[in-house]
Amino acid sequence: MKNAHLLSADDLSKQDALELLATAKELAAITDGPNKKLPTLRGKTVVNLFFEDSTRTRISFETAAKRLSADVINFSAKGSSVSKGESLKDTAQTLQAMGADAVVIRHGSSGAAKRLADSKWIQATVINAGDGTHEHPTQALLDAFTIKQHLRSKDSDLSGVKVLIVGDILHSRVARSNVILLTKLGAKVVLVAPPTLLPVGVENWPVDISYDLDKEIPKCDVVMMLRIQQERMANSFFPTEREYSRRYGLNSYRLSKLSKSSIVMHPGPMNRGLEISADSADDIKSVIIDQVRNGVAVRMAVLYQLLGGAPIGAAND
Amino acid sequence: MIKIRNVNLVDGSIVNVEIDQGLVKAISKSTGKDNLDGIDGAGKILMPGLVDLHTHLREPGREDSETVLTGSESAVAGGFTAISAMANTNPVADTAGVVEQIYRLGKNAGICDVNPIGAVTKGLKGEQLSEIGAMAESIANVRIFSDDGNCVADPLIMRRALEYVKTYNGIIAQHAQEPRLTVNAQMNEGVISAKIGLAGWPAVAEEAIIARDILLTDHVQSRLHICHVTTAGGVELVRWAKQRGIQVTAEVTPHHLLLTDDLVENYDPIYKVNPPLRTEKDVMALRQGLAEGVIDIVATDHAPHSAEHKDCEWQSAAFGMVGLETALSVVIKTMIETKLMTWAELSDRMSIRPAQIAGYKNQGQKIVEGSAANLVLVDPNSHWTVDRHNLKSKSKNTPFDKMELPGVISEIIYNGNLVVQNGKQTSLGLGHND
Repeated sequence: MKNAHLLSADDLSKQDALELLATAKELAAITDGPNKKLPTLRGKTVVNLFFEDSTRTRISFETAAKRLSADVINFSAKGSSVSKGESLKDTAQTLQAMGADAVVIRHGSSGAAKRLADSKWIQATVINAGDGTHEHPTQALLDAFTIKQHLRSKDSDLSGVKVLIVGDILHSRVARSNVILLTKLGAKVVLVAPPTLLPVGVENWPVDISYDLDKEIPKCDVVMMLRIQQERMANSFFPTEREYSRRYGLNSYRLSKLSKSSIVMHPGPMNRGLEISADSADDIKSVIIDQVRNGVAVRMAVLYQLLGGAPIGAAND
Repeated sequence: MIKIRNVNLVDGSIVNVEIDQGLVKAISKSTGKDNLDGIDGAGKILMPGLVDLHTHLREPGREDSETVLTGSESAVAGGFTAISAMANTNPVADTAGVVEQIYRLGKNAGICDVNPIGAVTKGLKGEQLSEIGAMAESIANVRIFSDDGNCVADPLIMRRALEYVKTYNGIIAQHAQEPRLTVNAQMNEGVISAKIGLAGWPAVAEEAIIARDILLTDHVQSRLHICHVTTAGGVELVRWAKQRGIQVTAEVTPHHLLLTDDLVENYDPIYKVNPPLRTEKDVMALRQGLAEGVIDIVATDHAPHSAEHKDCEWQSAAFGMVGLETALSVVIKTMIETKLMTWAELSDRMSIRPAQIAGYKNQGQKIVEGSAANLVLVDPNSHWTVDRHNLKSKSKNTPFDKMELPGVISEIIYNGNLVVQNGKQTSLGLGHND
């Protein structure tokens, strides 16, 4: 991988992505063993710069960095008193002065990671851990990893896998990154949502669009449910929570219509009872916990490749 | 007395011009090689000074971004002899007191006309009319009223405003943006916004207001000016209104004639502007509209912002671009070099017509004996490279940095005096001669 940063799933060629997934698989095998820690990033400093709360993503990156023996600084910039714009620049310069090698950034503004990488504020490697309603590339990598693990473990890519992404596509960084990465890996993606939750311009995406979940459910290999934010209802994206749940929620009836080998995914955190029923989330088809586990391995692979660590398997002293 | 020899007028004639006591005193035919004293105009074009109907000067309130003086200097550097100060200052220009202050600051600067625009509603809040009569009758003699930056969204307030300004032969300049369709909007809604995940500012939010206000203007028989039209649909609506004889005029900015929304892909807030950059199709429609005269004029929407308002992530950045110093060159590039317009038409869209719309008496006059000597001399065949650090404006937020553009201004004559000579500002006015 030749990139200095990981800002978008589009930064990765198909080859890059497959290499990352292979590295993640190796790393997962090692860290499943008794000694979970590798020395590869010893002496490197990874900063988790989180302008939005996201405990899950932060601890996933933190665990990944620590398993590679990097020093980890968690910087929660939420509630900073300076104006928002000042704060990104000033914070970046502060981290630069402190010698950060990589900055994992979560920010509410689309493009914040790109801005950080393009600006001359900081020289560190920038990893996008979710920017506004734009992208979340490591989520897409862990989703691809999980799909491959369950459905295509013997194959080179995800050719022929049909993935439904269901819910708030308009505001979803997970959906954008997944559309780019999964289609690049050969999967066929169908976006299922009410028209209000699909962006104008979606017609240019390499996907199929459907408004009807029931029609799509029997024909897919993966159903990926997206979180519905409570505030969407107040803005009339759909009439009521219950109507949304009835039309676009995954419940035991729809679960029963899935083919035998299909899997259920969710990037979390879930609204149980809204976009996904409790029994669906806990069903044997659900690989949601695998997604969390794989997140660590995939983020280790990203850190490892971007920070140019020593070869895997080097003396574990 | 100022003399210019062997100079081209926009009608193609070559003349020698004498200027005295604020007027064009004499014009005589030139062979093109007449051996006279004065300024050599050979190869250059002499036009009436440019007139801008949409300028943000930031004073009072944000003097760190621009003052009336620095804005005037920026205007003069761009070939303007008259500018119009938008009302969204702090305090808002919604009383006779504030517009007279701006007017006086313009007189003190003394290098171009500074005509204040009054707010339509108190505090630009869209709720209650401001004291339009007091502003019209003040020494600032305000005729254009605008809440620019905000849309007069309430249809009843808009109707009342259109009716009320008829007393003074005023005009309402509308910033057409339906607020409910543009909550948190960041850029043009379309293919690019879908891809990069920025909240969309749909064309229909502009067009819906243009359509409504055209109908209101027809109903109350008043005058409407549409600020910064950006969409192909907006051009169509104005064309339709004009065909029906409705008194509507419209402007386009230089940046909307050249730049498109794909520039936003790198999230550099230098391209963040309201209304937003649109698509290639819109740009082409705007150029066509301007060439036909459906869009009457070019206006800069010069919007200075200090560095910290652009040196940040996209969503936190301010909307706006500076434009006075690049306007003429961008119009030459987009309209003359493409052969869509002649120089006579450019002079109409950037000087004559804006002065007519606003009623600026000594501006935008065809160059004849006895006309007011507010003039710009430009070399159409020379090029220059924009360097943001060299802008006269206090703010450096130009999207044209490092771009090579056609048209170099060598002289500006304001009220019969040289305020720019050999491309350099002279010591006139309260001059900052450096």
